[in-house]
Amino acid sequence: MSEKPGGPTSAWNGPLLRGAVRDGFRKLDPRVMVRNPVMFVVEVGCVLTTLAWLRDALGSGTPAQPGWFTGGVTLWLWFTVVFANFAEALAEGRGKAQAAAMRGIREGAVARRLLGGREERVPAEALRRGDTVVVEAGELVPRDGEVVEGIASVDESAITGESAPVIRESGGDRSAVTGGTRVLSDRIVVRIVSDPGESFLDRMIALVEGARRQKTPNEIALHVLLTGMTIIFLIACVTLVPLASYSGLRLSLPVVVALLVCLIPTTIGGLMSAVGIAGMDRLIRHNVIPLSGRAVEAAGDVDTILLDKTGTITLGNRMATEFLPASSVGAAELAEAAQLASLADETPEGRSIAVLAKDQFGLRSREFTSADVAFIPFTAATRMSGCAVGGRRIRKGATDAVAAWVRSLGGEMPADVAQAAAEVARAGGTPLAVADDARVLGVVRLKDVVKGGLPERFAQLRAMGLRTIMITGDNPLTAAAIAAEAGVDDFLAEASPEMKLALIRAEQAKGKLVAMTGDGTNDAPALAQADVAIAMNSGTQAAREAGNMVDLDSNPTKLLEVVAVGKQLLMTRGCLTTFSIANDVAKYFAILPALFVAAYPEFGALNLMRLASPLSAVLSAVVFNALVIIALVPLALRGVRYRPLGAAALLRRSLLVYGVGGVIAPFVGIKLIDMVINVALAAAGLA
Amino acid sequence: MTWNGWLQILFTGALVLAMTRPLGAFLHQVLEGRRHVLSRPLGWLERLVYRQGRVDRREQDWRGYAGALLVFSAVTLVVTFAIQRLQHVLPFNPQHLGPVGAASAFNTAASFTTNTNWQGYAGEATMSYLTQMAGLAWHNFISAAAGLGVAMALARGLTRDGRDGRIGNFWEDLTRATVYVLLPLSLVVALVFVSQGVIQNLAPYRDVTTLEGARQVLPMGPVASQEAIKQLGTNGGGFFNANAAHPFENPNPFTNLLSMLMIFAIPAGMTHVFGRLAGDRRQGWALFAAMAILFAAGVAVTYRAESIDNPAASVPGVAAGAGNLEGKEVRFGIANSALYATMTTDASCGAVNAMHDSFQPLGGLALLFNMQLGEVVFGGVGAGLYGILVMALLSVFIAGLMVGRTPEYLGKKVETREMKLAMLYVLVFPLSILAFAAWAAVSPHGLVTLGNAGPHGLSEILYAYTSAAANNGSAFAGLGANTGWYNVTLGLVMLAGRFLMMLPVLAIAGSLAAKKPVPPGPGTLPTGGALFALLLVGILVIVGALTFFPALGLGPVVEQCLAQAGKVF
Repeated sequence: MSEKPGGPTSAWNGPLLRGAVRDGFRKLDPRVMVRNPVMFVVEVGCVLTTLAWLRDALGSGTPAQPGWFTGGVTLWLWFTVVFANFAEALAEGRGKAQAAAMRGIREGAVARRLLGGREERVPAEALRRGDTVVVEAGELVPRDGEVVEGIASVDESAITGESAPVIRESGGDRSAVTGGTRVLSDRIVVRIVSDPGESFLDRMIALVEGARRQKTPNEIALHVLLTGMTIIFLIACVTLVPLASYSGLRLSLPVVVALLVCLIPTTIGGLMSAVGIAGMDRLIRHNVIPLSGRAVEAAGDVDTILLDKTGTITLGNRMATEFLPASSVGAAELAEAAQLASLADETPEGRSIAVLAKDQFGLRSREFTSADVAFIPFTAATRMSGCAVGGRRIRKGATDAVAAWVRSLGGEMPADVAQAAAEVARAGGTPLAVADDARVLGVVRLKDVVKGGLPERFAQLRAMGLRTIMITGDNPLTAAAIAAEAGVDDFLAEASPEMKLALIRAEQAKGKLVAMTGDGTNDAPALAQADVAIAMNSGTQAAREAGNMVDLDSNPTKLLEVVAVGKQLLMTRGCLTTFSIANDVAKYFAILPALFVAAYPEFGALNLMRLASPLSAVLSAVVFNALVIIALVPLALRGVRYRPLGAAALLRRSLLVYGVGGVIAPFVGIKLIDMVINVALAAAGLA
Repeated sequence: MTWNGWLQILFTGALVLAMTRPLGAFLHQVLEGRRHVLSRPLGWLERLVYRQGRVDRREQDWRGYAGALLVFSAVTLVVTFAIQRLQHVLPFNPQHLGPVGAASAFNTAASFTTNTNWQGYAGEATMSYLTQMAGLAWHNFISAAAGLGVAMALARGLTRDGRDGRIGNFWEDLTRATVYVLLPLSLVVALVFVSQGVIQNLAPYRDVTTLEGARQVLPMGPVASQEAIKQLGTNGGGFFNANAAHPFENPNPFTNLLSMLMIFAIPAGMTHVFGRLAGDRRQGWALFAAMAILFAAGVAVTYRAESIDNPAASVPGVAAGAGNLEGKEVRFGIANSALYATMTTDASCGAVNAMHDSFQPLGGLALLFNMQLGEVVFGGVGAGLYGILVMALLSVFIAGLMVGRTPEYLGKKVETREMKLAMLYVLVFPLSILAFAAWAAVSPHGLVTLGNAGPHGLSEILYAYTSAAANNGSAFAGLGANTGWYNVTLGLVMLAGRFLMMLPVLAIAGSLAAKKPVPPGPGTLPTGGALFALLLVGILVIVGALTFFPALGLGPVVEQCLAQAGKVF
């Protein structure tokens, strides 16, 4: 999994392809096929035509149709089934390769179990929930657990593909460790939280293998539609035999089966499970592990997205963006003092002040020896930091703290500085006052910096009908300013976990589906309540248990991709269904004239494609029907191109491409195949 | 085709459009139990029915609703059967007509219970006045009212912010529709018909001497009262065998126009009722638009086909270029015959003012296809709305996936249960039409009374089962359907086409009613606009065409190909 998304073409490598071809035949087992009613009907048709062909070939008397026709139809009907199986196998293939790699991690691990203060070595499989184990530098974490003692750096690349080690420690929100990851330094004691076969790794393996793949609700509903259509066409084709017999026509079995297979929705029926597996696979390649297929579909339906401000909408920290000097002070002087006060300040805010001073006034950070300068660190009590240098006492800090300090030295906070500070606060920033002894030099504006490109993405989401709500602990004023800058639709300020949960429930009561991300234990109730809940892999075990997806990269912005993948999955199914049904129009015009001209030569008027002969027309339609499955495999695996548009625009576009296109394409395709077949027949001396 | 003809068609269409909104508003008030203009004058009658029937007026879930519908229909079916079998000992039988044969009585009872009004018999020679009034006209009212009830149940299920899954009360729907809509409107229209020369009496048939001196028996009867509800309830059963082509039923172009308007009045109005229930009238107009497109296409094809002279029937004395006048009343002409035929097959009415069997193959094809669309082009009273709503659910399902969401209609998610039920609904048509037509086409029972050979004969069989399954009731004729075999099979098909379709509809209604609606947003598929109307038309045509094209191919399509090559049957 250390490979990042390699694009759709990565499916077409040799071993995967060979495995898929093999599986394509292996899946012909009727016990497997019966799960897909559409393709099962095709398989039954294949068996019947094969029998008809054998009877023709072995029996005496003249067969109703030449051997090349019955044989050709039989062969291509089998291809139809095999192609569909091949598509499914190909989609599964990638997952299987990943699962095999992950299984390698799990095997042979040894755990050091603590039992009443004594340590014993047991195989990892023997561990049960509630056991405690010791893991030291260089060892694998035997199973998922919670760090109860110690702190360690852990290499999680086996799971996440991210090579930089992460810190795991007892208590707090970074206490979860995953089975299969490697401790790089120090020693931790871990309490195991899962039984064998239920660990995160196990679930991932089962998931990417598709072993536990169940049909999702939408998939079942679509299967019902397709099965219903199959039955309709079954009725239409079976009743055609007596109706034709009334008209003095004897329809042969291969012809009726060919008509039936061409009409039933084999394109979507054959590709449906490949589409579903590929959708999951796309998420996995985004390093998001869906813990159920249902969650992926629900992602497409999401109406409301809750986004944490910090880390998702804004860069993690506030940055200095402006110096606002007092009326009697130059900006450069303020910048210089602020920079001095921040020299020892290693917080991102502090560093951003130094960087801003350098950028705006070319002030270089100066090197001081510790003799020249005494740094005063920030404390919660003073809420200021600063330094004493060359007799100057420079402080920066919260406005009221600096004002109090200045007053204690006999100075006064100038009215214009106080006003500037108030304005900064009103605009959603944080004012930081800077004082040189009793003289207040001005304020520095610290601001949350919204990540680039977000307003555009939120606008896209809005066009798609999704509402974004920013969750923040900030006061409403600050929250409103950031919300406006980022372009989210709404915000929840001074949020507590309870308020978050209440918000989700309120949205759901309105009939909306809610998606959110979370990592902390206090997020767990909200994650469990949300319809699509992405837990950060870096988060706590509780959060990971509560979510229905895990983001291995721990990147909260990924929610947007997840929604897109969910929508794409549904769209791909819908477009292929439309295409499949639209195809039938042309197939009727290919096959029916061929069937009826024997009794009514005048019916040839409806042979719009001017196909060469009735038999080649039927065969061409069957060949087209099989080839179109193969031709659409890349689309099924990649998904239709997803555009963040409103529903009306998307529908218009899809109807044009897959509806109108689906009507036209087979006219062209069948005509071309008919030409090829007739050239081949002429070459073989059969026509 | 003439400009004059097109203007008449357009004029009729414009009147339908103008009626839709006011009638829809009234229907909405009545069927939702609100106050309306007739509450005061007729309220006593509604209350009387509830009191006498000891009606439990609480809202029903779909099972309760369906149970009431089935029991009521079964009882009335048996009563109508009994009246026919016993008419010789019952009053109002001045011609002393004998009891109706068992198979025919079953067929007729099924036919009128299902709002089909397929008539295997000739009315004037078979049915006593009592049978006509108490057995048949009574059904014209209540079968139409029951259809309205089922449509309301589905519309409520779709539009209610429900939790308990209740979809209304069958007895209330039945009573209100009859008391406030069907009875008063029929009364007014019947009086207008009488003023135009439609007869209304209980007298014995009259012997008259014609101008040529020949003697003729003129059948009499309470025609006007039956004529009004026959159109208004999209029933279509004529008092006389010639139906609306008979001058005592449909004497002049004005009654013809009024008849056509009555056929479309309630089905068109119901689209508006749906829009009002949905709280967004465009939802109703989108359905209306889809219906109007299909109607316009149907009438265009039929009118064009019938305007062409029949190559095989160049009758001396009939001017060339007059069109295919065979089997048409000259007092209505080509345009109004084609229009009437289109409307009657669109709307599951089945009244005819011309001989459909004599239409050109292409014209007959259009009529057949109108019905095979599922009687949703305005459709039957009630049946049209619930039919198109089921098709809308299917359209929404396919299109909804294409916009990347779980499909929803009016905010109600369309899921596996709804799809299963919708597919059951859709399967009834091919199963009952194709299976029975195929059987008839190879069975001696089916072929013995077939009037024509070749593809036209097949069209006749196909038309009979299509008309029965679609609860239309119009006949292609040419097929002697008053045999034991046809009476029984067609009777069964009519019952299937009514109740096997109503049950899934009610189940869908119950399932949707229990769902919480999702508020619409820009990501929701818009169902109140032109795009959706076109999508709906596309799905309807493709589903209908794909199902029936092979069968139609061997019937009217090949007949048309042959006719162009100069062969007729």
